[in-house]
Amino acid sequence: MSGPPEQRTAAACSLLPGELDLQEGQAVPLAPRDIFTASSLERWKKVKETIAKLVFMAMTMALVLPVLCVFGYLVVKAWPVLSVSFLLENPREKMTAGGIWAPLVGTFSLVFLSLVVCAPVGILAGIYLNEYARDNWMTRIINLAVMNLAGVPSIVHALFGVGAFVLFAGMGRSLLAASCTLAVMSLPVIITATREALNAVPRAFREACWNMGATRWQTIRTIVLPNSISGMLTGVIFEVARAAGETAPILFTGAVFFTPVPDHGWSSFFPYRLGDRCMALSMHLFTLATQVRDVPEETLYGTAVVLFGLVLAVNSLSIGLRAYLRSRKKW
Amino acid sequence: MNASIRFSQVSVSYGPKAALRDVTLEIPEKQIFGIIGPANSGKTTLLKCINRTIDFVPSARVTGEVLVRGQNVFRVGRKQRWVALANLGKRGAWRTRAFLGRVLRKAGPAAPPDSRSPDPIRSVYDLRRRVGMVFPLPVGLPLSVYENVAYAPRRAGIHDRHELDALVEKCLRQAMLWDEVKDRLDMLGTRLSGGQQQRLTLARALSHRPQILCLDEFSIAIDPVTTMKIEDILLELKEQMTIVVATNLVHQARRLADRTAFFSDSRLIEVDDTETLFTRPANRLTERFVNGEFG
Repeated sequence: MSGPPEQRTAAACSLLPGELDLQEGQAVPLAPRDIFTASSLERWKKVKETIAKLVFMAMTMALVLPVLCVFGYLVVKAWPVLSVSFLLENPREKMTAGGIWAPLVGTFSLVFLSLVVCAPVGILAGIYLNEYARDNWMTRIINLAVMNLAGVPSIVHALFGVGAFVLFAGMGRSLLAASCTLAVMSLPVIITATREALNAVPRAFREACWNMGATRWQTIRTIVLPNSISGMLTGVIFEVARAAGETAPILFTGAVFFTPVPDHGWSSFFPYRLGDRCMALSMHLFTLATQVRDVPEETLYGTAVVLFGLVLAVNSLSIGLRAYLRSRKKW
Repeated sequence: MNASIRFSQVSVSYGPKAALRDVTLEIPEKQIFGIIGPANSGKTTLLKCINRTIDFVPSARVTGEVLVRGQNVFRVGRKQRWVALANLGKRGAWRTRAFLGRVLRKAGPAAPPDSRSPDPIRSVYDLRRRVGMVFPLPVGLPLSVYENVAYAPRRAGIHDRHELDALVEKCLRQAMLWDEVKDRLDMLGTRLSGGQQQRLTLARALSHRPQILCLDEFSIAIDPVTTMKIEDILLELKEQMTIVVATNLVHQARRLADRTAFFSDSRLIEVDDTETLFTRPANRLTERFVNGEFG
């Protein structure tokens, strides 16, 4: 770009400087094309913009595609067995017939119990780490520990569970021990989700409250928690979905190959006691696929569909909740 | 003339960077005290020392004393227990002597000893309630307009609806916001415009009935007309409280302040009556700044 602006404007309407010689009331018509036509640089920018958009969109589609394929394939394969009675009946005849009631209830109990153990601990620890802890070596070590805990493979968690809960704490192989192992595994994820939710609340809000003489707890209770509880819930629900699908941590700590539970009447809703061993969907799928002969393929796929659907449903719930709460965001 | 706030040899550094160097300063009671200086000269840091919000900057190191109403803010609430115990001991001794005096029919001590300062600052939260703070960028809490202003009174234990209503109206009126929001007190404070939020912040700062009001470049986000209105309000309020105005608008300080301090490069360069500082500054740097030659 060269020259002062008035020269360029004059060139755009094909006039030379000094040539404009008008009477009062006259006007110079300007053709918009002279001013608003895109230069080659702008055209090229537009092409690049389109390419970038298409690439990003393609990648997003590539993410969604496998999910749809897997789910579609599973449903098609499992179609013959999918029915309410499949959900509500126990496995029969050495697992080759019947439904999946026992493992389904087992998974629910496991996840619920582990949530009861880890949600309070994780959320309170996250609040402490984010709101109270100063940035010193102690906090850094705790953060490091949390990150490492999140990176530990689930089979190692399983062995830890055997050592700590089954043997040392004397729980034996039981629902309780398995839930505690799942809880330990979920803890770092919940702590991280809590901290992220808290971090999303601007620091200026906290400082405004502190400036008015509010204590840290008053600030947390009145400003921080009401605006971050949604994020925490979302994190917890995501964690539920993950825990439901885990096999390794419960393999040695409480899940069994087969245990008969009542599938009629009220007692069928709470069939396991804390000290009982239980069945679980993920474990059930594993045993059906590898340990049992002559299992009809549909039963196998039916179990997979239920497990997958469960996870999908829980995740959708979480995403829906987040979308709803975000629409009510206050700043 | 009582000193409301006294800084003695205060130095603050954020990590290796010094923000205040050896500041000794007295801020008199029930006046408007102006602090002027270019950006990055330590004005905000000075204000943060008054209500100890400097504590929230993890890297800040503070040396020296800041006295608010004669109490060192960095020791507030720390040794209260021992002070209380000592007072108990003194009162106990006085009672014993008074009792013995009655028994022995002699004249006892005249009056109970009262070593406590009247109305001491009990804790750092008490300190912050006594100091209203308005920062340059407006912050509306994610609560309704009403709750924004009622926040501090509620925390201080006022729950009576009528009392709260009256207080909220008074504070909003003082901040020149009442007429604009009186019909929509239920609206979220964060939905107000920037200038309105700034006045909401001022109303909030007044809501805990501070004895000291600190304003840090309060007029950045509001229009000139409102600024002038608020300046009038400040001139009225100085009958009731000490007001500290940090500003980089030199003329604002000249209009408002009774005394003015000039800061530059984290040092206190000069402090004097506003008229003197602006007409016959002792320092060459001050003269250049108030005449708009640098900064």
